[in-house]
Amino acid sequence: MSAATLAGLIGAALVGLGLYGLITNPQPLRKILAFNLIGSGVFLLFGIIARKGAAAGFVADPVPQAMVITGIVVAFSASALAIALVLRLFQETGRVTPRPDASAGPPANGADT
Amino acid sequence: MHVTALAFAATAGGFLLVLAIVLPVAGILLSLVLGGRHAERIALVLMPAGVGVVIAIAVLLWRSGKPLLYGLGGLPPPLGIALRADGFSAVMLVTAAMVISAAGFFARANFGTPQGVTEARAPLAFWILLQAVWAALNIVFLGGDLFNLYVALELLTFAAVPLVCLDGRPETLAAALRYLLFALFGSVFYLLGAALLYGAYGTLDIVLLAARIHAEPAVWVAAGLMTAGLLAKTALFPLHLWLPPAHANAPAAGSAVLSALVVKASFFLIVRLWFNVLPTLPHETASAILAALGSAAILFGSVLALRQERLKLLIAYSTVAQIGYLFLMFPLAAGAHPWAADAWSGGLLQTLSHAFAKAAMFLAAGLIAESLGHDRIADLRGVGPAMPMTVFAFGLGGLSLMGLPPSSGFAAKWLLLKASVEAGQWPWAVVMLAGGLLAGGYIYRVLAPALSSEGVHLKAPPQRSREGVALVLALVAVLLGFAPPAFFEFLQIGRVAAIGGLP
Repeated sequence: MSAATLAGLIGAALVGLGLYGLITNPQPLRKILAFNLIGSGVFLLFGIIARKGAAAGFVADPVPQAMVITGIVVAFSASALAIALVLRLFQETGRVTPRPDASAGPPANGADT
Repeated sequence: MHVTALAFAATAGGFLLVLAIVLPVAGILLSLVLGGRHAERIALVLMPAGVGVVIAIAVLLWRSGKPLLYGLGGLPPPLGIALRADGFSAVMLVTAAMVISAAGFFARANFGTPQGVTEARAPLAFWILLQAVWAALNIVFLGGDLFNLYVALELLTFAAVPLVCLDGRPETLAAALRYLLFALFGSVFYLLGAALLYGAYGTLDIVLLAARIHAEPAVWVAAGLMTAGLLAKTALFPLHLWLPPAHANAPAAGSAVLSALVVKASFFLIVRLWFNVLPTLPHETASAILAALGSAAILFGSVLALRQERLKLLIAYSTVAQIGYLFLMFPLAAGAHPWAADAWSGGLLQTLSHAFAKAAMFLAAGLIAESLGHDRIADLRGVGPAMPMTVFAFGLGGLSLMGLPPSSGFAAKWLLLKASVEAGQWPWAVVMLAGGLLAGGYIYRVLAPALSSEGVHLKAPPQRSREGVALVLALVAVLLGFAPPAFFEFLQIGRVAAIGGLP
């Protein structure tokens, strides 16, 4: 088994694990971790694709590497935003599992400053 | 290489495409630097300017009759990134600029910085987020590179999610978190699909990909992953769970932008994917699945809208249903059939019609909620005589949702109906008619008590100018129904007409 195949299989396993976690875990923090697992799997895939370009005669295809860097920045911001929301939800309610009770609550009148 | 360079030579006026993106981005940066009440002023000055820019783009496109192109940095794809505007992009740009401007002028009353304070958090955040949504939408509508579009989608999510929870109530935080988790799931799947396409073909430029793609397992997997991810962001049944609480809990101007535009951005990308990137794939099965999910969304969303007790939730569930109509265009508009052009126009017109009608209805609902202090449908009695302009705007929006003439909703659904009958695909026609009846039901549920002549106590009468904003949006939704044939020709600019046919 070549290194690329092995890395590809690991990438697929990470995506699979992450997807399973995203669907089965009710805890938002675990869902965020699961999202990061899927992200890692995808970034690994980009790495292999860069190698594949290398096999075609390049030293290494730089475009997928640039995409991975952008992707990591985006995933980091997404995780930060999600965790900020979880923290705020915990401060407000003392629990972190979202139960958006759609039928309750006063109407949104805009900003309550 | 020479041919590629020629195909991507920037067309006249290509710089306008850049301006459409740079204008709101400059607004965000300036608002951050200057802060305080300047953010509001900057946004309210730039929005009308943005409407001017996108109208200029539409006029140029109309004159040339061919998609506008701009290669960023003068580099041709695959190395450079192209911006591209066709008929669909142009109408979406104009719609976005108009709805965002309307939401901005409507929101002045909610998000003004109070006297005596140099800076308040919610107003500053709102004006920056509104410009950020606008910038991200413009990148989505103009992007010609699938990875660039991924970044645009993420920017859109990051700007849209905080709009939901601006007032910091726990239920809005929970709704925003759920929205974010669905959106993240969607974008990571989109990225995985894009990675597979890059691995198979070495480019993510839409035009280059379309020329290279052929039916093979990697493409099918990539198309499935990207479509599933985008469906989660578009909130197509059964991935709609996040939408009603998020759209119903956001401030009125935010709900209008989220429902009218943000869900349309990911729909726009599904259309791009299937009609511009993958036109050479045989996609009867995929189209039928999308349309079947759309049909389920129409029936399910409408029935749930009928059962809601709060006005904003009713409107949010109606969004779930109306999104379903958009997906009926997939099996009808594909291929070189004589009815395909009608189905394409119908699907696009439904996108525009719903954007204006739904924005008007959310703004009207926001005014009703502010004036009454609640938005329980059962207690709306007498609100019609008390605030006639608002209820009239709501009713006109409802006209479009039901698909009654002379509204644009009628024209859109008529085109789709005609195409489905000509194509012999009857089930879609039956669903559309049933959806119209159900929409009539839930609009009646609001208008019947609202129009009763009982006296009602308003906490504060609504401002005329804000009622006017809602009414103008509703009137645009109706007037689009009178669009001349030239408008439908405009929508066809850049459409990939036949399977195997490239622009």
